[in-house]
Amino acid sequence: SPALAEKMGLGRAALPEEIAAWDVSVLPDGTGLPEGEGDVLTGDEVFADKCASCHGEFAEGLDSWPVLAGGAGTLHDRRPVKTIGSYWPYLSTVFDYVHRSMPFGGAQTVTNDEAYAITAFLLYSNGLVEDDFVLSNENFTEIVLPNAEGFYPDDRAESEYPLFSAAACMSECGPEVKITKRAVEINVTPEDPDGRPAGTLPDYMASAMGAAP
Amino acid sequence: MTDEPAKGASRRTFLKGSAALGAGALAASAAGAEGADPLITEVQDWASSFGDAVDASPYGMPIRFESHVVRRNVEWLTESPVSSINFTPIHALEGTITPQGCAFERHHSGAIELSKADYRLMINGLVDTPLVFTFEDLMRFPRATVTAFLECAANGGMEWGGAQLEGCQFTQGMIHNMEYVGVPLRYLLEEAGVQAEGKWIYAEGADASSNGRSIPMEKALDDVMVAFFANGEALRKEHGYPVRLVVPGWEGNMWVKWVRRIGVYDQAVESREETSKYTDLMPDGRARKWTWVMDAKSVITSPSPQAPVRHGKGPLVITGLAWSGNGKIAKVDVSLDGGRNWQEARITGEAKSKALTRFHLDIDWDGSELLLQSRATDETGYVQPTKDALRAIRGLNNVYHNNGIQTWWLKSDGEVENVEVA
Repeated sequence: SPALAEKMGLGRAALPEEIAAWDVSVLPDGTGLPEGEGDVLTGDEVFADKCASCHGEFAEGLDSWPVLAGGAGTLHDRRPVKTIGSYWPYLSTVFDYVHRSMPFGGAQTVTNDEAYAITAFLLYSNGLVEDDFVLSNENFTEIVLPNAEGFYPDDRAESEYPLFSAAACMSECGPEVKITKRAVEINVTPEDPDGRPAGTLPDYMASAMGAAP
Repeated sequence: MTDEPAKGASRRTFLKGSAALGAGALAASAAGAEGADPLITEVQDWASSFGDAVDASPYGMPIRFESHVVRRNVEWLTESPVSSINFTPIHALEGTITPQGCAFERHHSGAIELSKADYRLMINGLVDTPLVFTFEDLMRFPRATVTAFLECAANGGMEWGGAQLEGCQFTQGMIHNMEYVGVPLRYLLEEAGVQAEGKWIYAEGADASSNGRSIPMEKALDDVMVAFFANGEALRKEHGYPVRLVVPGWEGNMWVKWVRRIGVYDQAVESREETSKYTDLMPDGRARKWTWVMDAKSVITSPSPQAPVRHGKGPLVITGLAWSGNGKIAKVDVSLDGGRNWQEARITGEAKSKALTRFHLDIDWDGSELLLQSRATDETGYVQPTKDALRAIRGLNNVYHNNGIQTWWLKSDGEVENVEVA
């Protein structure tokens, strides 16, 4: 694609209040945090009002809604429980995501102070602070979540690509294989009325002359 | 045949009756030494009277006989249908271009309606001049085009633990492939003037979920596009109308829809969609993050569980799709015996970089059971691994990025199952 020799002169300068309205991102180092504060007990109240109908009074999750607390030490388990406390690396993401996109169906109705309070409550629910804790933009970056060191950048270029880039076998590749697993035994696929997987191609030779499937 | 239709019985009744005898008998009758075919010898309505007028359908839909070629969802996969997924009917499609109307959807707070009049795009952060563009502004930048696959990072994710869903629509159908036209993101960033410290962009959508994702500046300046058109027309509402990001080769989550802001930062935001989600848990309890590229992958789309073989023995078309986020597909091998022996399939059409690629292998089926597999190789020399080879490194809880080889068990009656072999 051609490089532009000079600017097109399109668009106009964004105004400070426009940027403030739309750029509410918070980065792991605290960049983007608004001034404000909230404590655990206030967070408990706000959570009960705005969040607990899905996430439970203790952030433990109702029905199949996401679990926000618990699961500590389960990341090696057969069925890991990945929550804010057990899995998330940064508190910034909690504040940012709650403030920007929750409650589900009523997003962007949480004030800055409410977002601090809810975040404080979620820390408490995960056993990470006492019940008198007050979270603010001043002490926010002092909080380190348990799984802060639990992630590493994509290493497939070292750990997989060399292994999978050898010349592939074309004939007599290993012993004969046997079927070990069948999806039909689990039987959880949506079905057509005749019991076949939903969307199965019609047997059109059996439905000629406009007999729609 | 003993059930030759009585004089006066309709062709339809005859065909329905003979269908009960099974595919072999039907094939024999259709091939026809049983007398003249009335679909030929009798004048049909469509050969005599009128069809629909040209004003019947200003924007047409597929003919009703193709009603099975639609998106499907699987309710139990998610807790809410507005933060959920549906599946492209890849079992029924050919070639490489996905019809937009049945191209899969994935939303985190539903498909929003955003008019071109209400649309705004902001570029802010570490730039010389933060800017606001209207849709009209965007239409005045020089345009580019790219054809690219969009594959959800979770495509096949339900199959990490074993064979679970029945049909490639469900096991490989979180994918579509379109011809996009739009503006290289680079032009918009140049208009704002990226500062030297600006190492990352953060793109977010206008919807409630925002779907914010961080993208390294190198990729943003390379081939990321702000797209307005897909397969010739405006984006569909559910695909980001009027503007979405196109991020060739990279996981679908990053193709931010209804994109409203591009922030330039000195570090990654590490948003929810790149920490809680779209990170891949490994056996040691740590997780990979920033697994952006979708590796080489393929699937045989027919025969497959939703596309059984009903025509009996003899010529059989094996057709499928291959793709790689690391470049062009170099070749696709097909095995009929569960991976013991392979033969190279034919690439039909062009193998474009980071785009769906069609392959075919024509065989003479003798009616015996087959264990069908396809294996893609891309231009880097990477060969699509087996599921077991992936699991040996990653364990069972990666959730995302399952590009393991798919096995179909074609049984002698022509039915096809999703299986694993070892």
